[in-house]
Order: sequence, then C-alpha cells, then structure tokens
Amino acid sequence: MIRRIFVLGATLALALALAGCAAQPSRYQWGSYEEVVYASYLSHEDVPAEKQVEILEKDYQTARSANLRMPPGWHAHLGYLYYQVGKGDQARQELMTEKAEFPESAVFVDRLLANVKKQ
Amino acid sequence: MNTRTYYRFAAILAGALALAGCQTVKPYDYTNFRAHPPRSILVLPPLNESTAVEGTYGYLTTVTRPVADRGYYVFPVAVVDQFMKENGLPTANEMQQAPLAKIAQITGADAVLFLDLKQYGAHYQILNSVVVVEVTAKLVDTRTGTLLWEGHGAAQQASSGTGNILGNLIAAAINQAINKHADRAHQVSRLANANLFFPEQTGLPYGPYNPKYDKAH
Repeated sequence: MIRRIFVLGATLALALALAGCAAQPSRYQWGSYEEVVYASYLSHEDVPAEKQVEILEKDYQTARSANLRMPPGWHAHLGYLYYQVGKGDQARQELMTEKAEFPESAVFVDRLLANVKKQ
Repeated sequence: MNTRTYYRFAAILAGALALAGCQTVKPYDYTNFRAHPPRSILVLPPLNESTAVEGTYGYLTTVTRPVADRGYYVFPVAVVDQFMKENGLPTANEMQQAPLAKIAQITGADAVLFLDLKQYGAHYQILNSVVVVEVTAKLVDTRTGTLLWEGHGAAQQASSGTGNILGNLIAAAINQAINKHADRAHQVSRLANANLFFPEQTGLPYGPYNPKYDKAH
C-alpha cells in the first residue's frame, strides 16, 4: 500500500513537471502563417504576395476539413495580401471575417477597410 | 521495469525537469495584471540589440503563436508593421515610442507587448557554435500606461551542421526561402518564447480565449 502511494506520488510529480514544460495545445490551425510572414520579410521575390495567398488559401482548406479555426489576425493578414494583389472584394471579405471571428479587431479592421475602399 | 525502479526513475526525471527551469523560485506579482486584464495584445516589432539585422523579423514572426495560444487576440504583426510604416513610423524604435493613447485609438488594443531582443544568432566557439536567443518583454495597458507583466526568456541550441531547420510541415516554397537564409535563431526563438510566456509562476497568464482562463480575474 505504502509503495503504491509512493508510485502514485512519483507519477503525479512527473506529470506535473511535464505539464509545466509541454508545448501548449492549440485551438487554431496555424499552418504556415508565421513562416509565410517570415519568408515574406526575408525575400519578397522568392515569395511574392500571390504565392503567399496561394499557401494561406491551402491552409484554410485544411482547417475547414478539420473543422479548426484560423488564428487571430490570420484573416486580416490574408485580406491585406488580397489588397496588395488588387483583389479588393476578397480583401473586404477577409477583413469582415476577422471582425466577425474576433470582435477585438474591430477598430483596426475598420481602418483597414477604409483603406481598401479607397483603392 | 519494477515499481521501485519506476518510482526512482520518475522522481529523478521530475527533479531534473524542475531544475531545468520549469519551476521558478519567485512568482511574479500579478496584481496590476488582474486589475487590467487585457483581451487583445498588439505586438510591436522588437528593439534589436543583437548584432543580427535579421533578428527583428526573425524573432517577431515567432511571437503570435505563443501569445494567441495563451488566449489573447493578437493583431496581425505584419499588417500592423506595414500600417505603422505607412503612417510615419519606419523603425521599431519609433514604433515603440509612439504614444500609447494613439496606439489605442488606432488599433483598439487593450495592451501593447514591447519586446527587446538582447541576443539573436550564433556565438562561435572553438569547435562548434551555439545559437542563442535572449529577449525581454513588457506588457503595458494602453489606457493607463500600467505595466501589467514583464518577463525574460532565453534559449540556446548547439549548432548541428546543415539540414532542414523547419521540418516537413511547411510549404516547400516557404521552406526553401527560409532555409536559404539558414537563420537557425528563428527556430531557437520559439524555445526562448516558451521560457518567456509559459512558466506558470512567471509567465503570461491565460487569456479569455484559453479554456484555462480564470473567469474570476
């Protein structure tokens, strides 16, 4: 019995120690989002906006089939890329999605929408 | 393995993990944080005190995920960066000096995360090199200017020659562009961020989009 308590205690300590270090589980489909942004800063000619859009659209399909949400900022970022390649309607649509998914974005997204309208 | 061996093994491993930095001695005082718990965080490009120019964006593009997974709305970092540049703030230094009230007015952010990149990149030693990333962070309430939380994170990794630094999960074109620059500190940044944001006693508390968020805050 005493040994059993020791084993239980040791297991619990181990579980707690591991839980403190483990990577956080995500509620979002991250896909290539951060790496796409990073690559665009590294070399725009290798990864032009059109290519970034293509990769993000593919991530979105994956997320939909797995029924996962896109992370905060993702739809706004895609909207910004659509804006860069001259697709105003799609830009507006993505920005509206950002606002609907994350109301915290409303003030900033409204500013971006005003810019898209000017295009 | 028998139970005694298992018990020993588990106890040693737990002890080793605790010593490795998963538990900390002095808990952070979250009084100010709890007085102004933010929902949304604006991450500005870091001040770059390292010798690596690529550190600014190599590091910035690893911060969204840990902060969003922690439970916050994180504004799209590249869109924010571009927006600031187009509005007369061309560098991270200038962005970090913008008045908080102005940032709140333009973005609606509850808090701003100010990052300071102390080290980013390889330290060459006699036989090999070590890639080091070190960063400090300050989270400030945009309405009152109160410091809500601050932290320090560092990580290092022994250099291990060439290879695919990102793994196979990333689209080929992205992989190619990033591997071409062989910026290993970018990946090490993720380890530094885990040490910065995730420790239970000193890290960034859970936010409203995390199921562990404490509603009593």
